Amino acid sequence: MKHLLTTTVNGEQVQEAVSPRTSLADFLREDMGLTGTHLGCEMGACGACLVLMDGAPVHACLVLAVQAEGCTVETIEGLTETGAAADLQARFHDRNALQCGYCTNGMLMSAQALLAANPDPSRDEIRDALSGNYCRCTGYEAIVDAIAATASDRAALPETKAEAAE
Amino acid sequence: MKLPSFEYLRARSMEEAWALHSEAGGDAVYLSGGHSVVPSMALRLQAPSRLIDISQIAELRGVSLADGTLRIGAMTRHAEVLADPLIARHAPLLSQAAPHVAHPAIRNRGTIGGNLALADPASEFPAAVLALRAEIEATGPEGRRLIAADDFFLDLYETALAPGELLTAIHVPLPPESRLFGFDEIARRRGDYAMVGVAAQADVAGGVIADASVTLFSVGFTPVRAKAAEQALDGAPLSPESIARAQAALAQNLDPPEDPGFPPERRLQLARVLLGRVLSRMEPVK
Repeated sequence: MKHLLTTTVNGEQVQEAVSPRTSLADFLREDMGLTGTHLGCEMGACGACLVLMDGAPVHACLVLAVQAEGCTVETIEGLTETGAAADLQARFHDRNALQCGYCTNGMLMSAQALLAANPDPSRDEIRDALSGNYCRCTGYEAIVDAIAATASDRAALPETKAEAAE
Repeated sequence: MKLPSFEYLRARSMEEAWALHSEAGGDAVYLSGGHSVVPSMALRLQAPSRLIDISQIAELRGVSLADGTLRIGAMTRHAEVLADPLIARHAPLLSQAAPHVAHPAIRNRGTIGGNLALADPASEFPAAVLALRAEIEATGPEGRRLIAADDFFLDLYETALAPGELLTAIHVPLPPESRLFGFDEIARRRGDYAMVGVAAQADVAGGVIADASVTLFSVGFTPVRAKAAEQALDGAPLSPESIARAQAALAQNLDPPEDPGFPPERRLQLARVLLGRVLSRMEPVK
């Protein structure tokens, strides 16, 4: 039996009938057409499917779509549209912190959440924050560089701009 | 893999949850954070015909002090355990364990009740509640009961919860001022399964140890209390000598299973090294 799901995705309220076995990731990709959320392992190990749920990163493969009832979900498309992670994305681009790009969505979600909670992370703290994100191309070094550079950029911004970037 | 099909029902009260469970004749699983249930279904380790979402039940939420114990609601998420000031003050082993529990995104959804009900022998919280000498609150149609952590973890993924019973909270006795705590694990990478882990607490007054509590995880089918090591510590000063005796006593309670590529002797040796490290760095509540 399908359930009527009411949730907010990237600022827009949506209502869809979903079957219980549909993961939030499949709902976003197939029903909403938001394919920036990637599916790797479908068991919460690789981190490619991270989205922000009520502001915190979660694995969209481990959340049933029906569990998102009444929640606010933000995907990489939403973050891109609002420009909230534009500086982070630019640093990933500058530093060549991706090759195939499959993991990048999850990396950006983890990085965005880390920098919101800890604006001046050490490289070890960055690596800890990325411990649930697999990248099979880059060896992580460039990703850590890009996040560290974004932290410095944001620290150098006048306060009003730093707030707007959050 | 995608999940097999199932029926999803949301319970708004414990009574409703029990009724929905009993109606399914045992072919139902409670869903809170879902971070063990959902991957286990993706891997076809289980395929219940019904999932009962208990995340909206108010009694399962919140952290509070009452009657000399700290009550931690089962729905408290790992990230909340990590940040909660009452837990940091009264059950610091849980705060120290939390950063090691999986990865940040998992901690945002996984719940301590779900973690304890799963009883993964490599998991941090079961060993921490055992060391804290906590009680597990279980509630079913017949009423509420408190199960000592010592009696809760029975075997691999097996607990003292009866079918249909809900794990509703964890009760931690409030520690005296003299209590010291220590927690650490050895893992290849932060958030990975521990190769071995230790949670310990002891009261040290006038330089003498009393009520030492030493538990290890990822050393067998359940978290293990190292009672011989506790006895080696009780009544002795906290010193390199008493710590060495506790390390030597570990083999009396640990019998790590054969594991390809990780022989039991090596795990026992890592346990000894880690126990020495944890005991020599125990600290009072900050």
